[in-house]
Amino acid sequence: MQAVTVEHIVKKYGSKKETVTALDDVSLDVAQGELFGVIGPDGAGKTSLFRILTTLLLADGGHATVDGFDVVKQYKQIRNRIGYMPGKFSLYQDLSVEENLRFFATIFNTSIEANYDLIKDIYIQLEPFKTRRAGKLSGGMKQKLALCCALIHRPVVLFLDEPTTGVDAVSRKEFWEMLKSLKKQGISILVSTPYMDEAELCDRVALIQSGKIMSIDSPQSIIKKFTKKMWSVRSAEMFRLLNDLQQYSNTEKCYAFGEFHHLVLKNDAEGMDPVMHYLEHLSHLEIEMQLAKPNIEDCFIELMSQ
Amino acid sequence: MKQLSFLLEKEFRQVFRNPAILRSVLIMPIIQLLIFPFAANYEVKNVLLSIVDHDHSSYSQKFISKITASGYFILTDYSPSYNKALEAIESDKADLVIEIPKNFEKDLVKETKSSMLLAVNAVNGAKANLGGAYAANIIRDFNQEIRLDWMTFPAFNAIPTIEITSSNWYNPTMNYKDFMVPGILVTLLTMIGTFLTSLNIVQEKESGTIEQINVSPISKTTFILGKLIPFWIMGLITLTIGLLIARLFYQIVPVGNIALIYLFAMVFLLALLGIGLLISTYAETQTQATFVGFFVMMVFMLLGGLYTSIDSMPEWAKWITKVNPVAYFIEVMRMIVLKGSGFADIKYHLLAVLGLAVVFNTWAILNYHKRS
Repeated sequence: MQAVTVEHIVKKYGSKKETVTALDDVSLDVAQGELFGVIGPDGAGKTSLFRILTTLLLADGGHATVDGFDVVKQYKQIRNRIGYMPGKFSLYQDLSVEENLRFFATIFNTSIEANYDLIKDIYIQLEPFKTRRAGKLSGGMKQKLALCCALIHRPVVLFLDEPTTGVDAVSRKEFWEMLKSLKKQGISILVSTPYMDEAELCDRVALIQSGKIMSIDSPQSIIKKFTKKMWSVRSAEMFRLLNDLQQYSNTEKCYAFGEFHHLVLKNDAEGMDPVMHYLEHLSHLEIEMQLAKPNIEDCFIELMSQ
Repeated sequence: MKQLSFLLEKEFRQVFRNPAILRSVLIMPIIQLLIFPFAANYEVKNVLLSIVDHDHSSYSQKFISKITASGYFILTDYSPSYNKALEAIESDKADLVIEIPKNFEKDLVKETKSSMLLAVNAVNGAKANLGGAYAANIIRDFNQEIRLDWMTFPAFNAIPTIEITSSNWYNPTMNYKDFMVPGILVTLLTMIGTFLTSLNIVQEKESGTIEQINVSPISKTTFILGKLIPFWIMGLITLTIGLLIARLFYQIVPVGNIALIYLFAMVFLLALLGIGLLISTYAETQTQATFVGFFVMMVFMLLGGLYTSIDSMPEWAKWITKVNPVAYFIEVMRMIVLKGSGFADIKYHLLAVLGLAVVFNTWAILNYHKRS
């Protein structure tokens, strides 16, 4: 049995005159024990999908199941089996760390003690602050507490909606380590993120854009589908370089990517020499050009333009 | 059950950590009840009086000293002409002008008849109304005195007259505080019932914590009970404080049974909590909830019979008061506190408010969705 199945889900917002399609015929499956990433920019429909799967929102069309239960008809069973961490920090700011945890344990009819082993590794970091009000915690600590609260009733499927947005790089790294260890405990995890670098930490990812799924595969396979050569180019004048490269006759695509510009050529057979000549002719200095390994972000940009 | 008790524990914990709520439940009623009854006084005193005396006779002097001695009027202006007196009204130096014509005394003695002009500034309706009435009363009294001076009444009155003496039942001294304090107490309960409940739930919406509750298996009823019970208890605490203040500061001891007041308050609070809950199911933000809550409060207060008598309202307004729990409670509160009414006298009020409680709460529960 799949942990999550989504079949042709459609969700529209707005009045009859003006509708926005948040999810347009979305289908995907998440296997049990899988760490599945939903990757897409803001407004792609990630949160709508999560809210439908967590039984908070009704879809306008299509079917979905979570742990074998229908999200519309059997929502009660689902609510006992899932953990949900919304994108916005939503715990009681005026209750302490421990009180928050105890509250969420109680509303799920369980106790902290019963499931302590599951959250132990995370909670140990919070323990020194357990009497502190949740509102007074740092961003990273709040996020850890939210994860604990979402886990306290030992859910079968965990939904994390942009858990790392607004969290510093170190905490983000720690957070993904925690997800890996949770995965080992057999919990299926659905996580959404706008960060492309996090995609590579998932077992499989769905790339979503404007409510449509563009690709579902493991990060490695998605990258493998990128068959063209990817060049990274830099020079002394990066902005002029970008404009010049975009006007170059053999350029298929060129965009800024960190310290370099990523360049894809229409005809890979020509190689880099004509490009170098073109740039030297335009009197660019300190030109560096080399083959680069495409990553998920390159694939995403590639898929977006198709 | 365990879930509910934990929800209640959490709610109370949050209330005790929120000084603003504690203040509004405990201190607000004390301050309001200590200050408000003195200001909300229907008795009109200090009516500014302007007199235009064209007669300058002993009778006009007698009349002026009589009206100023009544205690309701302050003589602020003594004008030579009516037009000058009107200027005093325009510049707010006077509320009321009495013009005594020339030959006032002479006419009265010779023709046994004279007239006087009474002009009132009606911008402030209540003041004008009562000021005019007081003045008319004093003039009538004055008239009576003169008649006594002049006429020797026969042993049996030749002209049959009806003398009216009134007695104020249930509030013999017509003490406005006895009348206002129970009413103000009701408005306090209303505020706690509607505002605190609706704001509390909307706050959970705003902070997103309601999402966490919605994905949990907790039932809608448990969640709503967990929200209503704390404010129900707080309302009863406020009522207790209010009744204590009424007793200690105003010596208002309910003539009727206090248990009956509590019984009615319990049902009344249920209705108001239902309204608060209803507002919270429609409002998305605390600002919206506050504005809607305020609007509802204003309607309830103005059509509640606290300041104005419901009997003198137009027919359509009377119909609105029929669905206004505040109107019922203000009436019942006065009935029990002043008149000592028993259960049989208020049972229809109780039934009406109970009905409203059922309607508002059912509506609110049907409109509260754990999913959208």
